[in-house]
Amino acid sequence: MRSPTPQTSRSKSPEAGRAIEHVSTVVVGAGHAGLAASHFLSDRSIDHLVLERGEVANSWRHERWDSLRLLTPNWLNRLPGYSYQGPDPDGYLTMGEVVEFIEHFAVASRAPVRTCTSVGSVRREADGYLVSTSRGDIRCRAVVLASGACNVPTVPSFSAELPASVEQLTPFDYRGPDQVSDGGVLVVGASATGVQLAAELQRSGRQVILAVGEHVRLPRVYRGRDVLWWMDASGVWDQRYDEVDDLTRARRLPSPQLVGTPERSTLDLNALTALGVELVGRLATVRDGCALFSGGLRNVCSLADLKMRRLLAGFDEWARTTGRAVEVGPPEEYVPTVVADSTRLRLDLRGGEVGTVVWATGFRPDYGWLDVPVVDEKGRLRHEGGVLDSPGLYALGLPLLRRRRSTFLSGIEDDARAVIDHLARDFAVRRA
Amino acid sequence: MSVTDNGVNVQALLDAREALKGAPEAAQFTWRASAKWENGVHSTTTIQNFFGLGKEQAHKTKTEFSADHPEVFAAEDNGITPIEYLLVGLASCLTAGVASVAQNRGIQLRSVESTVEGNHDIRGILGVDSDVRNGFNDVKVTFNIDADASKEDIQALVAQSQKRSAVFDALTNPTNVTVEVA
Ligand SMILES: Cc1cc2nc3c(=O)[nH]c(=O)nc-3n(C[C@H](O)[C@H](O)[C@H](O)COP(=O)(O)OP(=O)(O)OC[C@H]3O[C@@H](n4cnc5c(N)ncnc54)[C@H](O)[C@@H]3O)c2cc1C
Repeated sequence: MRSPTPQTSRSKSPEAGRAIEHVSTVVVGAGHAGLAASHFLSDRSIDHLVLERGEVANSWRHERWDSLRLLTPNWLNRLPGYSYQGPDPDGYLTMGEVVEFIEHFAVASRAPVRTCTSVGSVRREADGYLVSTSRGDIRCRAVVLASGACNVPTVPSFSAELPASVEQLTPFDYRGPDQVSDGGVLVVGASATGVQLAAELQRSGRQVILAVGEHVRLPRVYRGRDVLWWMDASGVWDQRYDEVDDLTRARRLPSPQLVGTPERSTLDLNALTALGVELVGRLATVRDGCALFSGGLRNVCSLADLKMRRLLAGFDEWARTTGRAVEVGPPEEYVPTVVADSTRLRLDLRGGEVGTVVWATGFRPDYGWLDVPVVDEKGRLRHEGGVLDSPGLYALGLPLLRRRRSTFLSGIEDDARAVIDHLARDFAVRRA
Repeated sequence: MSVTDNGVNVQALLDAREALKGAPEAAQFTWRASAKWENGVHSTTTIQNFFGLGKEQAHKTKTEFSADHPEVFAAEDNGITPIEYLLVGLASCLTAGVASVAQNRGIQLRSVESTVEGNHDIRGILGVDSDVRNGFNDVKVTFNIDADASKEDIQALVAQSQKRSAVFDALTNPTNVTVEVA
């Protein structure tokens, strides 16, 4: 039996004169990660609260562009005890549908969510933590940070050097092409966000220049199956954090060049070139009003081509040795990424050719409210598979937290189970 | 299984990488060269000392480099042209990278040869056409590698060596350069 209502109690705080609530565990954030934590906490009858500054699935409601669909197919968006039951398992959810999906999960798992409650600080106390929120203080023994890995779009510092005449947008500002002035657009970054926005803006009739650094190329469908089916089935996504060669690098791996569309089309650089997008090297800096691009585009494309081929060859090998080859189509080959003989190295941003720069340069978490020394000099949490170096403090929803699939919806089940197991064991030890 | 030996002490490099993770100050190096005008467009550049790992360091020997221009430039050709030194830097950097990456990946090299070509429109430096840049228009490197590895693995070696190359980065990305009169 689940315990829907937390067994919280109140005591008087001498400082504020306001009642301090007590609960054994606080979960920060009601995205799918926080809700999954709640699911396993309820399973173990650990009383808890899920604090959310906005609404359930807040990031999907307010921090995504209009046309976005998930890049993971519906059948793959498995959450603990909850999965897609609709008519289109191979399709990709729109933002409205994702919000609904996560809301239903919250209801199904009867998560004790307190919305419109912003966590302003988490501080260590004798035997636990003091969580200060916009609606009062809470004392607890454990805190699960599920506040998201993508709270702030990262923008390079030289963005300050851009001429004032150029409008700058991050993926949080961008809703759709209508909001972008006519004329050229420079999209910086060629991961999932960058390639999707570049394609949409180019299709809207604007000339797009795409600055391409290191990236992950993937076909949407390989041998008749969604490429993420291969990631899932072959076990690539199950690789654990303690099995990965260079964990720091793997955790910083950019998102793959994928888009979820009903046509299941591939959106690699060749597809963008076919649409008319101009590819240039990584944006190195902005100097005297000019964007300066790297001359190393060919190499980042070779690296991505080689890595894609190696990955697909691994899938072929897996299919052969496990007898799955009969289920799928024949192996496929892809032409190398086509790079022009000479790519543009500078773009005068004062010339009017480009009126807008879109920064698709990634996201980072925001732990400004976390007053526990567990954040490294680059603003990332130091953790061992989600366990922080402060008793009772845990994290969920970070890239490769415990497995390669951690970043995605389907990665949360194993991660949340393991982290909540640890938390429960720790409670048992402390009680003993 | 035979042991790969390309003469690169990869373990030392990996150890250094680990050690420097926690000590970014020690990773700050300054490379230095001192140049002296000889005559005409001939100069001599000397290199011996550098700074790194928190202190002054020195090469085993002092090296002198003569730079001049060929006779077709109406010069005496006492040495290679300055821009050719960039080719020396690029070729040697990528070659070192290939050897290191191969060692790290357990690939035995038998021979690694490369040619580097820099296409240069000298109308830029002569001021004939202000739309022509002074530096290279493009640079092409062609590797010929004989090793115990598939073609694909060799391509990956070369790609990785570019990814980790100081000179490749210095040539393909802009760098702030300050020139002062002391
Ligand atoms: C553009 C984009 C596309 C993506 N597409 C896919 C995809 O197709 N498939 C897939 O599987 N994954 C995708 N992901 C990855 C991942 O699934 C999402 O980032 C997802 O939102 C992560 O869920 P989460 O619960 O970890 O964090 P979030 O969904 O961000 O939830 C964190 C919650 O914490 C709240 N919060 C933060 N700080 C505080 C605070 N101080 N106090 C109170 N509340 C707080 C936030 O309001 C938010 O609701 C995508 C990510 C991005 C950025």
